[in-house]
Amino acid sequence: MTVVNVGESDTEPTIRKALAIGADDAIRVNAYPSDAFFVATQIAEIARKNNYDLILMGRESIDFNGGQVHGLVGEMLGLPSVSPVMQLDVEGDTVKMAREIEGGKESLEVKLPLVAGCQEPIAEWKIPNMRGIMSARTKPLQVIDPVGVEESTVVTQFELPPPKGSVKMIPAERAEELIALLKNEAKVL
Amino acid sequence: MEAVAKKAVKGGEFLIKETEAQHIFIPEEFTEEQRMVAQTCEDFLAKEVFPRLDEIDSMKNPDLMPSLMDKAGELGLLGTSIPESYGGFGMNFNTSMLVTEKIGAGHSFAVALSAHTGIATLPILYYGSEEQKAKYLPGLASGELKGAYCLTEPDSGSDANSGKSKAVLNADGRHYIINGQKMWITNGGFADIYIVFAKIADDKNLSAFIVERGFGGITMNEEEKKMGIKGSSTRQVFFNDCHVPVENLLSDRGNGFKIAVNILNIGRIKLGASAVGASKKVIDQAVNYASERKQFGTSISGFGAIKYKIGEMATKVYASESASYRVGQDIEDTIEALMEGGMPEGEAKLKGTEQFAIECAIMKVHGSETLDYVVDEGVQIYGGMGYSADAPMDRAYRDARINRIFEGTNEINRLLSVDMVLKRAMKGELDLMGPAMGVQKEIMSIPDFGADEDDALFAAEKKVLRNLKKAVLMVAGAAVQKFAMKLSEEQEIIMDIADMMMEVYVAESTLLRTEKLTGMRGEEACARQIDMAKLYLNDAVERIGMHGRNAINSFAEGDEQRVMLMGLKRFTKIAPINAKETRRRIARHVIGENAYAF
Repeated sequence: MTVVNVGESDTEPTIRKALAIGADDAIRVNAYPSDAFFVATQIAEIARKNNYDLILMGRESIDFNGGQVHGLVGEMLGLPSVSPVMQLDVEGDTVKMAREIEGGKESLEVKLPLVAGCQEPIAEWKIPNMRGIMSARTKPLQVIDPVGVEESTVVTQFELPPPKGSVKMIPAERAEELIALLKNEAKVL
Repeated sequence: MEAVAKKAVKGGEFLIKETEAQHIFIPEEFTEEQRMVAQTCEDFLAKEVFPRLDEIDSMKNPDLMPSLMDKAGELGLLGTSIPESYGGFGMNFNTSMLVTEKIGAGHSFAVALSAHTGIATLPILYYGSEEQKAKYLPGLASGELKGAYCLTEPDSGSDANSGKSKAVLNADGRHYIINGQKMWITNGGFADIYIVFAKIADDKNLSAFIVERGFGGITMNEEEKKMGIKGSSTRQVFFNDCHVPVENLLSDRGNGFKIAVNILNIGRIKLGASAVGASKKVIDQAVNYASERKQFGTSISGFGAIKYKIGEMATKVYASESASYRVGQDIEDTIEALMEGGMPEGEAKLKGTEQFAIECAIMKVHGSETLDYVVDEGVQIYGGMGYSADAPMDRAYRDARINRIFEGTNEINRLLSVDMVLKRAMKGELDLMGPAMGVQKEIMSIPDFGADEDDALFAAEKKVLRNLKKAVLMVAGAAVQKFAMKLSEEQEIIMDIADMMMEVYVAESTLLRTEKLTGMRGEEACARQIDMAKLYLNDAVERIGMHGRNAINSFAEGDEQRVMLMGLKRFTKIAPINAKETRRRIARHVIGENAYAF
């Protein structure tokens, strides 16, 4: 099992943690993950060289919330891509998965190889044990340079949400005022 | 880095020698692997312990604590100090300190784990025969066997060697028959292995035994009802004709008191580390509450009175942490040097720890009193909610209190720290006399009015420290001259001297850590640490001055008193700092990070 990360050196403690809980080796593409296409290109490049049976990743990163990398990697490799996967069992060359969909759950079976974008409760929260931590030290963590990708998106601006306003107290006898505020100002009615 | 660390001064020598920053270990030097170990401890508490704090304290499920110990064992947390050849992980002393610190936030669970890994396991690890180690250590490392330590008796607490428990060799010479009553036995309710101290026949000194629960003749009282650490199993354990095979005598006959004392040295420094961990958790909670709690239209963390508390809490913890890991590494380095000199591992570990017994006692006191300060102010920051049993400060406040009592009360540890310094001086191991005479001469001479020309970072503070050491030597030296062998009857004076020593050691450690860190990261990145180091020193000077005056005024009169008070004044001079603004800056950082983040 190989852990692949596109990120700068500050991600290494997290990679080591993955090695400590059982991965065999790791590859870090030494680059800032500028956008989903860039990241997907790097992962696809590595996957092409290594012929992985199953490529697991989060459905979206918590910092960028793009939710596109698994789809892009699937497309680049010509593999099926499923997301968000909440349950996964491999039986021979078949993977049984469950997805959460609008109003219910979808169960599906897909042949390996494939790409899955995963979401909780896909796996139990595993804590690295001492033996794992000690063996992580000796497992290979390869740092490679990224392959060139034409910049496809440019972030033009970041904005912070407006600060929360103070609470307005409307006495119960002025309910009409409250309704008017909810309609016109908060626009929730 | 390790090569230079070996130049560290010997135990107690901090009073008469200067240490260079590069020769101490600082927590910022922990490796990625050690950080992972720390993270595992934090994850374990978050997953297994914090969600069950009420259930643990209720003691309704007697299997809960042992099952948590099993889980900790599966992760390897019980075997960090045990060599790999006995099923452990052979990690170094400061790694085990780090585990202790992190688990220290775990309330009753922390007590169960540290009793098991410390006072219950270490006697076998350090004093056991090959057979004993091979038989018991793998089980203790995995958690399959759980351990307890039976020293205290109803009439024998601080005076541990006065225990009445007896061991008598039976007729066939194959068993010791142990009879006695032990009290306050942590993990007593579920332990499989008890380290029991008892006197063989009419011996003057205790002997130690490894007693398995299955040997029979062991009964116990109900769980003690306690003020805090309510989830920690605490029992009275009775031994009634308990048959212990002769091969389970630990070390030599009559060696028990030495074992108890040496193991307690390690227990003490680790208690200091554990208190640091518990303190950090309380700071995190209190700061978070202070930011969320709004009064007069603003977060209470914005008020100076609250900032004072937060700044002070963080500074004390930073100081305690700095000194704890300094001692940890000093012990480690001494052990390594002894082993390189051909000493067997177990003996080297004992000698290494014994070498720093003074510092271990100091850090036990400092850690536990820092924690008590932190929980007290934690309750205060929470205000009315601090007094509510539904908010976290209630448990933190109650659980903290035992730390000033067990592993030797803080009074005993203060007495011991001074006693050990004086004994070493008497034996010629610590050259106190020369420097003390030098100080006496200095107070009779014209003071040094020399301007501080050296404007290097902390140059002025180091001069202050050198003077503080002189203050300790002056007061301690005069007290020894005055009372000679009767000094032990003047406990109040010893307490003052102990506090002066403690403040010097901790202030120096804090300064050295910050100096080393500044060298690594630059002054700008360490601005708040520099603030904390200066603030701690500033306040330590006040405290040392106060204890010094207390001591001097209690035994000196007339000219002698006047000269000593003037000397003390000279040795406790420090350029003023704006402590209010300093605390505010520290507090703002902690509030900004919403955690103790140093």
